[in-house]
Amino acid sequence: MLKFPIYLDHNATTPCDPRVVEAMIPYFTNNFGNAASRNHPFGWQAEEAVDYAREQVAKLIGADPKEIIFTSGATEADNLAIKGVFEMYASKGNHIITCNIEHKAVLDTCKHIEKEGGEVTYLKVNPEGLIDMKELEAAIKPTTILIAIMYANNEIGTVMPMKEISALAKKKGILVFSDATQAVGKIPVDVNKDGIDLMAFTAHKMYGPKGVGALYVRRKNPRVKVTAQIDGGGHERGMRSGTLNVPGIVGFGKACEICMSEMGEETKKISALRDKLENALTKIEESYVNGSKQYRLPHVTNISFKYVEGEGLLMGFNKDIAVSSGSACTSASLEPSYVLKALGLGDDLAHSSLRFGLGRFTTEDQIDYTIEAVTKTVSKLREMSPLWEMYKEGIDMNSIEWAHH
Amino acid sequence: MAYSDKVLGHYQNPKNVGTLDKSKQNVGTGLVGAPECGDVMRLQIEVDENGLIKDAKFKTFGCGSAIASSSLATEWLKGKTVDEAVKIDNMEIVEELHLPPVKIHCSVLAEDAIKAAVNDYRKKNGLPELKFEESVVH
Repeated sequence: MLKFPIYLDHNATTPCDPRVVEAMIPYFTNNFGNAASRNHPFGWQAEEAVDYAREQVAKLIGADPKEIIFTSGATEADNLAIKGVFEMYASKGNHIITCNIEHKAVLDTCKHIEKEGGEVTYLKVNPEGLIDMKELEAAIKPTTILIAIMYANNEIGTVMPMKEISALAKKKGILVFSDATQAVGKIPVDVNKDGIDLMAFTAHKMYGPKGVGALYVRRKNPRVKVTAQIDGGGHERGMRSGTLNVPGIVGFGKACEICMSEMGEETKKISALRDKLENALTKIEESYVNGSKQYRLPHVTNISFKYVEGEGLLMGFNKDIAVSSGSACTSASLEPSYVLKALGLGDDLAHSSLRFGLGRFTTEDQIDYTIEAVTKTVSKLREMSPLWEMYKEGIDMNSIEWAHH
Repeated sequence: MAYSDKVLGHYQNPKNVGTLDKSKQNVGTGLVGAPECGDVMRLQIEVDENGLIKDAKFKTFGCGSAIASSSLATEWLKGKTVDEAVKIDNMEIVEELHLPPVKIHCSVLAEDAIKAAVNDYRKKNGLPELKFEESVVH
C-alpha cells in the first residue's frame, strides 16, 4: 500500500535513518555529559562518543579525524571557511573566486566579504551548469586566496569538475573550498583524491539529524588555518567554540557510516528509479531536463514543463507528493530560481520547473504514482494555459507585447 | 503555505475555462501579465445586444491563486453590464478567496484582465477606451 504524502524533496532534507536515531538516543538521557568535561566519566563518555563519530565522518570523505570541525550545519561551515580564510590569509590577498549557482550560504557570505573590502569574482556557468576551466584560470590574480566552488548543485544536481579545479589551484598556490552539502553521502567524495582543502557538509542531507554539520580543514600539504567566527571556550581546536552537540554528532557519525557501507547499492537503486521517472516525464511534449545529465548526482532530476507554471503545477498534487519548484511565485521578489536563470533558461522555463529528489526510502510504487500524477496535472493545466493554446496555434510568443509588471 | 478551500475549489474545478471567438464584434479579449513574470491571464467576455455580459471565459498560466482569481472573475462577470464589470475591485477577489498578501498580485492581474477585456470590447464597438489609474500592487 502506498502511504501519502510521498516525499521526493531529498535535496531539501532527508528523514533520519532509524539506525541513526537509535544510536543517538542514549546521548540525550543516560550519556548526557559535556564532551569538554575532563574530570568525570560523564564527560569521558561523551568525548569518546564524539571521537568515534569524528572517525566515522572523516572516513566517509577520506580525511583524518583531526581535520573535522563540527558545526551547527553546512551554512555555518560555509561561513567559517570563507570568512575564516579571508581573515586568516589577509596578508596574502583578498580575492575569492566562486560561481553564480552556489548556495546562498556561499553567495551571501561572499557579498559580506565584499563589504569587508574583499574582491569576489562570480564565474558564470554554461547551460549544463558547469564552470569553464579557462574562465576560472583567467580569473586568477596574484591576490587570489580562495576558489570556492560547490561539489554538486542543490537545484539541478550538477557535479563540478573538482579534480580539475584543485589541480589548477594547486599549481597556482590557491586554496580550494567546496560546499559539498549535496554530494557527501551520495557519491564518493575524497578530499585527497579531489584535492580539496576545505569542505562543508551536513548530517541532515544524508539521513542524519538537523543542526549538525562539519567543516573539513586540511592539516597537511598544505596546513590550512581559518580564523574562528565564534569565540568562546576554544572547542574544535579553537576554530569553533561552543559545547558540542553530542547526540547530533553521534547521529552524524552513524549516518556517515551507513552511507559509506551502502552507497554503492543505494546509488544503483535510486538512479534506476530516477531514470525511470525522468524518462517517463520527458515523454511529455515540451518538457526539458535542466542541467547536465552526464555530470549529475544520481538522485536528482530537474524538469521544466513548458507553458505550465511550477507552483500551479505543484498544487495539483502537493497534498500527495512533496517536490519543489523553481518558480518563486510565493517569494516577495517573484523572481524564479537564480540557478536556472544562470543556465540561460528564460524566465518562462524557470517558472515551469520542478525538482524531484529521490532518497533511500523511495519505492517504485511511489515513482509510478508520481509519473501518473504529474503527467495528468501537466495536461490539465495546459488545457487552461493561454500560452499552450498560442503554442499549439503556432503563434510566436516573442511577437506579443507583454505587459511586464 | 496552505491554500484556502475556495482557491482549492476553483483550482480543482475551474469555472469557464475556454476560448471565445475573438474575431466577433461582441467579444472583448484581455491578455495581461507576462510569461517571464510567471503569470499570464486571458479573459474574454461576450456581450449581448443589451450590454449584458452573457458569457465569460478564461485561460491562465500561473499559480493556483492566479487560476482561482480568474475563474472567480468569470463567474462574477456573467450577468453584469460592461459598466458594472469594470467596477470589480481586486480587493473583493482577495476577500472572497482569502488570498494572502503575497498573492494579492494575482487579484490585481484579474482586475486588469477584466478592464482590458472591456476596453477591447469598447474599441471594437467604436466606444472610447476607459482610462484606469495604474494599479498600485504588482
